[in-house]
Amino acid sequence: MSLKNNLHNLKEKYKGKKMAPAFNAVHTFLYAPNETTQSGSHVRGADDLKRTMNTVIMALIPVLLFSMFNAGYQHFGAINGFPQEFSLVSDFLTWDNFWIGIIKVLPLVAVSYGVGLLVEFIFAVIKGHEVEEGYLVTGMLVPLIVPIDLPLWMLAVAVVFGVVIGKEVFGGTGMNILNPALTIRAFLFFAYPTWMSGDKVWVHDAVELAGGPDAISGETILGTLAQNGDMTYSISDMFFGFIPGSVGETSTFLIILGGLFLVFTKIASWRIMLSAIIGALVMGFIFNGVTDAGWITETSKFYSLMSFESWKHLIVGGLAFGIVYMATDPVTGSQTNKGKWYYGFFIGFISVMIRVFNPAYPEGVFLAILLMNVFAPTIDHYVIQGNIKKRMKRLKNATIIEVDSSKSENLKAETV
Amino acid sequence: MGLLTKKDAGLILDPLADNNPITIQVLGICSALAITAELKASIVMAVSVMFVLAMGNVVISLMRNIIPSKIRIIVQLVVVATLVIIVDQVLKAFAYELSKTLSVFVGLIITNCIIMGRFEAFALANGPYKSFLDGIGNSLGYGIILVIIGFFRELLGSGTLLGFKVLGDPIEKTGLYSIGYENNGFMIIPPAALIVVGIIIWVQRSRNPSLIEEN
Repeated sequence: MSLKNNLHNLKEKYKGKKMAPAFNAVHTFLYAPNETTQSGSHVRGADDLKRTMNTVIMALIPVLLFSMFNAGYQHFGAINGFPQEFSLVSDFLTWDNFWIGIIKVLPLVAVSYGVGLLVEFIFAVIKGHEVEEGYLVTGMLVPLIVPIDLPLWMLAVAVVFGVVIGKEVFGGTGMNILNPALTIRAFLFFAYPTWMSGDKVWVHDAVELAGGPDAISGETILGTLAQNGDMTYSISDMFFGFIPGSVGETSTFLIILGGLFLVFTKIASWRIMLSAIIGALVMGFIFNGVTDAGWITETSKFYSLMSFESWKHLIVGGLAFGIVYMATDPVTGSQTNKGKWYYGFFIGFISVMIRVFNPAYPEGVFLAILLMNVFAPTIDHYVIQGNIKKRMKRLKNATIIEVDSSKSENLKAETV
Repeated sequence: MGLLTKKDAGLILDPLADNNPITIQVLGICSALAITAELKASIVMAVSVMFVLAMGNVVISLMRNIIPSKIRIIVQLVVVATLVIIVDQVLKAFAYELSKTLSVFVGLIITNCIIMGRFEAFALANGPYKSFLDGIGNSLGYGIILVIIGFFRELLGSGTLLGFKVLGDPIEKTGLYSIGYENNGFMIIPPAALIVVGIIIWVQRSRNPSLIEEN
């Protein structure tokens, strides 16, 4: 008797019982269900919700692996000094680095999935619906957007809050207004600010060693710039991600690869990604223009961030990660093609604005995306109204030719 | 209940649950968000509103036959304002620190929709005794929600209850704090109260589905 049959039997046994959704979920997660149509095939598509989710997770795996190495690299680099001649294999892809990743990053992933799926299962059983797959991606995103030393119980509390208040109260997967992963991050940010911002939380052990003789800095690039400090990282460091930051946000290179993968599999919208990049560049250009014109002098506390070249905004901090994996969330983003352009544009635009103007939030991407999540239905509404108006106008100006009545059936089938 | 008839008891008990001014009628939300970061402030606010609403209801009820209906709102405002000023002065005299915490929100009891709502809906049409009971009932319903919110916000946000450090000392690292617990800063800011109110509404309606509005 195979595992699949066992699971199927369990499913049959608990059919109609309260716990049924929990068993069904395990079965359909691992295997195709036994109850398939036997004859007269209908539409066959492989891209159900689970496959969609799994594709996104596949796009996240390289980022996760990189972040596990980077966790160790930043930790040992901050203590022993970074190597002068950087070699990828001997300095970065080492077992020591990876071990830090295993003991620090994997527990975050485990807690995120464990707690989140537990909440999903409990809600499925209480409400008597099937367990929804919505948490698969959220559970992977959450550990990648928090600082590495975040205490696990805080993550657990935030996950419960995010899944219940961010998603379940609105009716579960597909009904939520706000991106659950970002809701979790926002909750952490406001509940435990000392663990979510500042110059100590981004590198493993920086908090532990603070104040002692071995104190190390864990400042991010944006944090340094917000204090008008000097930045020591090269452009290739920023692009490939050998910089401190939230667990998975650092490597723009791998995020771009993941983004391309998502675009070519048609999971994520290229319109949102492109327009968000344009939005960030436009805001960056405006700030650069202001500093170039000399309206803001070097004594201003905004000078460093405002004079930071606009394209560099894209490769530091969480902007790339947010644009590729968060803004493109099909549930909380705009649904119309035209709306997606506005939606993405304002995400990029507002992200850079928050970065520059609010030193308390050196990373404004998650706030910008949450804000635009709220506005997405409004954007869609006006896009649709605009379209209706345009078509009404076209209808008014059109000359209507009498069609012979036998063809009226055909006309109905066409969409107007 | 020997003391009250069944109908009179209903005047007090209904607003506590199935006709709660905050969770069912969704009135008086503003002060529920603003002053519930501490349990003590919540209790004082609840007592103040109880005084104003019960007294105001009686006064309006006594005058209900002589108030010209065209200017009744102004008369109601004068009555509330008088009572609120009394409360404000008493707080300033006997609990100065607390009146600092409550600051403008004592004055804003005047604009609390529950009060004008009860004057309009009840006191203008009923006798003084019933109006008094109605005032007590509604302000209890308001107060109980305030106390629940205040309890959770102070406990989770500051680790204290009525000022007592029930979870240990965050600086000395005693009690819960010694094992790494930290206060939840989110509970101190007003949006947290909105979420707590939302959860109360959710729990109440899921326990009693007849309260769920059709939309």
